[in-house]
Amino acid sequence: MSEEARGRDDGQAGRDAISEEVHGRQALSPGDHARDALTGTAGPRRRRRRRERPVVPEPEFTSYYGRPVVKPPVWKALDIAGYLFLGGLAGASSVLSAGAELTGRPRLARGTRIGAAGAIAVSLAALVHDLGRPARFVNMLRVLKWTSPMSVGSWILSAYAPAAGAAALSAVTGRLPRIGTAGAMAGAVAGPAVAAYTGVLLADTAVPGWHEGHRELPYLFVSSAAGAGGGLGLLVAPLAEAAPARRMGVAGGTAELLVAHFMRRRMGVVAEAYETGRAGVLIRTAEALTGAGALAAVLGRRSRWLSAAAGGALLAGSALTRFGVFEAGMISSKDPKYTVVPQRARLDARDDGNAVRPDGTVQQH
Amino acid sequence: MAERMGFFTDTSVCIGCKACEVACKEWNAIPEDGLNFTGMSYDNTERLGADSWRHVAFIEQRKPLARQEPGVDHEGPVPPLGTPPDLAPMNPMTPGEGGDLRWLMSSDVCKHCTVAACLDVCPTGALFRTEFGTVVVQSDVCNGCGYCIPACPFGVLGQRKDDGRAWKCTLCYDRIGDGLEPACAKACPTDSIQYGPLDELRERAAARVTTLNDAGVDDARLYLADTDDGIGGAGAFFLLLDDPEVYGLPPDPIATTRDLPAMWRHAALAAAGLLGAGLLAFAGRRR
Repeated sequence: MSEEARGRDDGQAGRDAISEEVHGRQALSPGDHARDALTGTAGPRRRRRRRERPVVPEPEFTSYYGRPVVKPPVWKALDIAGYLFLGGLAGASSVLSAGAELTGRPRLARGTRIGAAGAIAVSLAALVHDLGRPARFVNMLRVLKWTSPMSVGSWILSAYAPAAGAAALSAVTGRLPRIGTAGAMAGAVAGPAVAAYTGVLLADTAVPGWHEGHRELPYLFVSSAAGAGGGLGLLVAPLAEAAPARRMGVAGGTAELLVAHFMRRRMGVVAEAYETGRAGVLIRTAEALTGAGALAAVLGRRSRWLSAAAGGALLAGSALTRFGVFEAGMISSKDPKYTVVPQRARLDARDDGNAVRPDGTVQQH
Repeated sequence: MAERMGFFTDTSVCIGCKACEVACKEWNAIPEDGLNFTGMSYDNTERLGADSWRHVAFIEQRKPLARQEPGVDHEGPVPPLGTPPDLAPMNPMTPGEGGDLRWLMSSDVCKHCTVAACLDVCPTGALFRTEFGTVVVQSDVCNGCGYCIPACPFGVLGQRKDDGRAWKCTLCYDRIGDGLEPACAKACPTDSIQYGPLDELRERAAARVTTLNDAGVDDARLYLADTDDGIGGAGAFFLLLDDPEVYGLPPDPIATTRDLPAMWRHAALAAAGLLGAGLLAFAGRRR
């Protein structure tokens, strides 16, 4: 228990006075204070685990025995972060496949159609698997609720998945080409919605690491999706057809890096969740892979192998970004600091008469 | 629509008996969820969740409960056992200064928010608002998607592991419909948990906090009683004796669905951007 951690306790001054008065003539045994049951604050445990030196001093806050205020999601990382990646990949691939179809790039069109359908099929399996009652997955379509991103997403998926599936089936079998093309075009319209809504899905929770990024997450996710879709295009298309995939991958990867940086800068204390532990490792690795992939895609314009490697790096970077964001949300929901500190700051600012914008951020005089 | 019903939990008279926890478990047939010894004062329930719909928090503080004037004084340390009374700086005739330690207890429960994030985000419609203005999960509809769990700004809901579904306080929907009070309020021996029409409870709470403040308990304050907070006011609100975060409650909770229109706009823009950028990638040179 450090002095700093006791900071918010208004009784601290009184306690010291009493200690001095009562124990003035005898040595204070070390156990004396240990007997005080104190509500949890920023305890020494976390401080010891922190590797980097904090640039700003640890904010003072109080909590109930260090217990989290909000509940961490019960979602499994492999299912849900995996779905975030695969859904984005499918959505962006469908856009690429439609463009390839319209501009006469058959191999790019075929590869991305099959990739999109495969990714969305695995996504659906992962989503159903993650339910507490998988047999009741069809309950998702009982209602359409605009207040529930998951409900909206279920309906988007039930429009998108059959279209993507029809496009891929037609590409594989060579039958029903018109239905295949119609499916590809419908997929290109619904695909971006699949990629974008997942940002709202995460942000519409009390998880600080996700909600504090509610303005940026949809852009981060479509950028990441474009990087992944472009990466898939670079993997499946010959050099003669790969140019659009290359542009999409490079633009998506670059935007992903920029938006992620911008998002963390706006998050305040919550950005720490993106820099600590597993989330930090995932995010840093993702950034390295995405950056390298984008660079290799630009430089490898004349090499099939370098292009394919760039595609692989962009795909891996996109996947790790999703796992990193997922993990950062988990970290932020398990530590009361990320809930209490921003809320307390908001409350104190309101009490001081500073304007609080409708979105909760503070406008200083 | 019946009158809106709710809880007023007056923590200033809570004695930490946990009768509310027991009564809730008994009435609602909630399974056992671990027999732990946490060392967190007398709190071995730890938090609200799928199998704890009432949770009594215990907080030990070196802080006077109010301005108290015991009229006696003492100096020096507590003497070792066996010290003759006349040598002791403090003895039963000169008791120590009172009021330097206080033990806060508070029975937490689902807040039955006016703007309930859990209800908003539920994709199946399993969560619904009752005629009493309370929020209840229909367990025969819930498919265990788990979205309500991180959506709740208070961390109230939990998932029952072997069952997969989300569970929380129903404000004893099966009792109040018959004119009975919820099990926890019925069992509470000090009326710390009060059940009734919300308007009436708010009036009673305002009077109570004034009484306490006048009596010198400056720390007494109401939590979630205002209707202009981030959840539009709660159906279950509290009288607390310290900051909400001391009790493990969020100081300024918001239902994140408040920001949903903005989020949908951002998502629509982002989706349009992906479609536009994707098609733009086909413009320009062929290689």
